[in-house]
Amino acid sequence: MVAKRIIPCLDVKDGVVVKGINFEGLKEVGDAVDMGVKYSRDGADELVYLDISATQEGRNTFVDLVGRIALGINIPFTVGGGIHSLDDASRLLDAGADKISINSAAIANPDLIGQIAGKYGNQFVVVAIDAKMVDGVWRATTHGGKRMTDVELFSWAREAQERGAGEILFTSMDHDGTRNGYACEAYAQLSDILSIPVIASGGAGSIDHIVDVLNEGKADAALAASIFHYGQIPIPELKQALSARGINVRL
Amino acid sequence: MIAIVDYDAGNIESVSNALRRLGAEFELTADPERIIAAEKVILPGVGNDAEAVASLRAKGLEPVIKGLRRPVLGICVGMQIMCRDSEEGNAIGLGIFDAHVKKFIPTEDSKVPHMGWNTIANLDGKLFKGMKGGQHVYFVHSYYASLCPDTIATCRHAGVMFSAALKYENFYGTQFHPEKSGDVGEQILANFLAL
Repeated sequence: MVAKRIIPCLDVKDGVVVKGINFEGLKEVGDAVDMGVKYSRDGADELVYLDISATQEGRNTFVDLVGRIALGINIPFTVGGGIHSLDDASRLLDAGADKISINSAAIANPDLIGQIAGKYGNQFVVVAIDAKMVDGVWRATTHGGKRMTDVELFSWAREAQERGAGEILFTSMDHDGTRNGYACEAYAQLSDILSIPVIASGGAGSIDHIVDVLNEGKADAALAASIFHYGQIPIPELKQALSARGINVRL
Repeated sequence: MIAIVDYDAGNIESVSNALRRLGAEFELTADPERIIAAEKVILPGVGNDAEAVASLRAKGLEPVIKGLRRPVLGICVGMQIMCRDSEEGNAIGLGIFDAHVKKFIPTEDSKVPHMGWNTIANLDGKLFKGMKGGQHVYFVHSYYASLCPDTIATCRHAGVMFSAALKYENFYGTQFHPEKSGDVGEQILANFLAL
């Protein structure tokens, strides 16, 4: 049986890992390669690096950084942020990324999914969806949650799969940053309608939350950021706890 | 010197980086003389079996690879093309390993592609020196090599037990990606380099 995955997510701005603190701005939390090496040694199954640089210079720095990450770590990693074309994806593949994730650009141009998957395989393409519940309907947002769209989560996830996505990374904007648990019902529903893996993101605050999203939420992987960055839940302890609760993880 | 065979079958950067981490000297090459002169040869591969084997043949490398007497390691599709044949594109392989490559059929609780960390068992021989079964390695594939007398490690997915690794004389193959399999994968690569 394929093990359930634990995935630390690192936001990168101009080459360093940052974390937003209560909307007051970004705080530097560490070096992207050093943190990746530490997480892989601790037993992370995969890493996600998201480029949140706003400038072309920042994005160029990120491509160089991806090359250093690929040299430094010995587990798979996904990179996202600022990928709008097949060329953008190719540059990151050449730098050594195992997968890319596309979000706003896939909503603006759904053909992009098939273009990248057609060239590099479905396993290379993660479609990320940031959604919010509005009047009982999960609606996708773009630009980091700032813009609401008419796109409905479940139909979009299914379309992304049909177009060649290898995985769906769904972040509930209603849960993200709350540390009150994941949107388990939505993940269970996604997992039921899709045949590709589902990565859950947004709301992790405790080991129980991760147990819930992997069990009741039927997610294939749980992604989190701050609980790992600040050492609140060390990965070795988390993995042992999941295993003790009967969840199939890599120890 | 280790030769990584450059035959347009992807994945070369990951394998190169893994060798850099191990401090091994290597070169990317499709030159038959360089491949024959190398102490060890790695045949990487991601993508389509039929296209990969066609690309290898187009570069005139089939007899070169089959004639090697030093250790050779095929990874993922690089292993599959060394099997007898494949259901992917009805490819005829190099016929080094006595396995057939077949497509996984998804089941209720098993997704295809088989992607992620899974355990290997029934480990046999020097490639797995110092290792015990039950450890996780990283797989990404939709086709699998059947069990055969050359099987030196097994794995289970979608209701079948398949060859996670193969060996025939000096030829080795892994279905999983040792270059992405953490410390366990690094140990397997180090074992290959020590052969």
